[in-house]
Amino acid sequence: MNKGMSWFNVTSIVAGFAFLYIPILLLVIYSFNASRLVTVWAGFSLQWYASLLENEQLLDAAWVTLRVAFISSLIATVLGTMAALALTRYGRFFGRTLFSGMTYAPLVMPEVITGLSLLLLFVAIGFERGFWTITLAHITFTMCFVAVVVQSRLVTFDRSLEEAALDLGCTPFKTFFIITLPLILPAVVSGFLLAFTLSMDDLVIASFTTGPGATTLPMRIYSQVRLGVTPEINAACTILIAIVTVVVLIASVVTKHQEKVREAEERAAAAQ
Amino acid sequence: MAGEKGRGRFFVIAIPYIWLLLLFLVPFFIVMKISLSQDVIASPPYTPLLDLSKGWSGFLDFVSQLSFSNYFYVLDGDNEFLGAYGSSLVIASISTILLLLVGYPIAYGMARASRSIQPTLLMLIILPFWTSFLIRVYAWIGILSPEGLLNQALQAVGLIDEPLQILNTDLAVYIGIVYSYLPFMVLPLYSALEKLDGTLLEAAQDLGCTPLKAFWLITFPLSLPGVAAGALLCFIPAVGEFVIPDLLGGSDTMMIGKSLWTEFTVNRSWTSSSAVAVLLLLVLVVPIVIYQNIQARQLEAGK
Repeated sequence: MNKGMSWFNVTSIVAGFAFLYIPILLLVIYSFNASRLVTVWAGFSLQWYASLLENEQLLDAAWVTLRVAFISSLIATVLGTMAALALTRYGRFFGRTLFSGMTYAPLVMPEVITGLSLLLLFVAIGFERGFWTITLAHITFTMCFVAVVVQSRLVTFDRSLEEAALDLGCTPFKTFFIITLPLILPAVVSGFLLAFTLSMDDLVIASFTTGPGATTLPMRIYSQVRLGVTPEINAACTILIAIVTVVVLIASVVTKHQEKVREAEERAAAAQ
Repeated sequence: MAGEKGRGRFFVIAIPYIWLLLLFLVPFFIVMKISLSQDVIASPPYTPLLDLSKGWSGFLDFVSQLSFSNYFYVLDGDNEFLGAYGSSLVIASISTILLLLVGYPIAYGMARASRSIQPTLLMLIILPFWTSFLIRVYAWIGILSPEGLLNQALQAVGLIDEPLQILNTDLAVYIGIVYSYLPFMVLPLYSALEKLDGTLLEAAQDLGCTPLKAFWLITFPLSLPGVAAGALLCFIPAVGEFVIPDLLGGSDTMMIGKSLWTEFTVNRSWTSSSAVAVLLLLVLVVPIVIYQNIQARQLEAGK
């Protein structure tokens, strides 16, 4: 194929990325605005970041959000990896179709349905709503994203190493931890990060499943946004964007490094 | 060792399986049951409850009290719900077409870019997806509002004299959906286009095909699995979208996700909001099943 870039391709990529990034960029720029009016530029100022540090409601909400995201993404990673293994490694088992349906459906299910149905479950069993109900809800929908990410790595997996380990007398349990897990680790890590950001981001499901005392950051931001745009929210959003960007960049550097190491090892093994 | 293997296999399957049964499937049956119940002013605000202690007669009592009145209420043309289902489907369809028009050239350009910059382009497409959905929708309020940046820019260059009312209209909802869902459309299209065998295009051009004709006869048909996956991945969640119409749409923008939320939180009718949810799911069953088949086939092909 001709790999020379035509002007059409260059234009569509540049226009596409401009469309994706300009709104975010404007939001970041206006978080440093001295004016109370969000749309009028009145010089550089850090005052909104300062007032953010005094906004205890927002800080509390951020703390709740981080705890929910951390606990739920850890558990979701374990459950999602298990689901991916079950679907790729074990050919037939009872109710396989139902199981695979349940791991894909939450990916596209409208959030209002997932949120409503989980809330009605918690009410029906009399489970007090709050921190833990949000966490349970987040585990449930994020584990499906982990399962899909890990599964796509497992289907391209060379199983001869596993078989060799088993032939040499390794238990299946030990084989998983010393052979399989290290090889699928990049997928497991990106599954974890995906689950973490999805949980941090979720507004609708958390709003349905929350109870008194557990307000997450998206819920707090949402209620303030509905009252009108404030530069303080711009500042909060900018901090979140900065954190996510740094985490994603670190993750991609680590993954690239791991791949290079693996390629080098494979080359070395082939040369022997 | 066989025993350990069997046990390991059992736990690996059973733990996520039971989790999803209890927290994904059972809740649906509860929604269905409540949609067939009647509102009462109490807590929880509905009846009947299945009384298992009474055994068979309790079950018969339960069945005899089931009522379809909530469904008649939701499907009654005098209420807003039918209109909301209809306009959700229209908004989601138009958004999906716009997403295809915007996303295809980007994915095509990415697939034709040199191999060395493809990983960077891919990361740049995924990065906004990691950034909060709510923040990205919120960013558009500052751009689209009457005194917002878009109107300021248009007035500055003299294209308009009066600010345009874009925020709180359906147009703003389309912009919001296209913007938020773009990565969902570009990624499947890119993976379909990237796999394309370039020799087919060369052959077509050697045989006298113009580039445009080669695109329509070869590239586009071969990218159809990506088109289908991207379209479904955008269409299905767009039908039930709640945040975008609420923040960017106007008071006359009706979408079913928003109606369900209002019915539940403002009108506090658990039974009719459950009926709205069940009917929404029925509307979406066909596209969800198609999506699941595509997903399973792609994983199968990866083997």
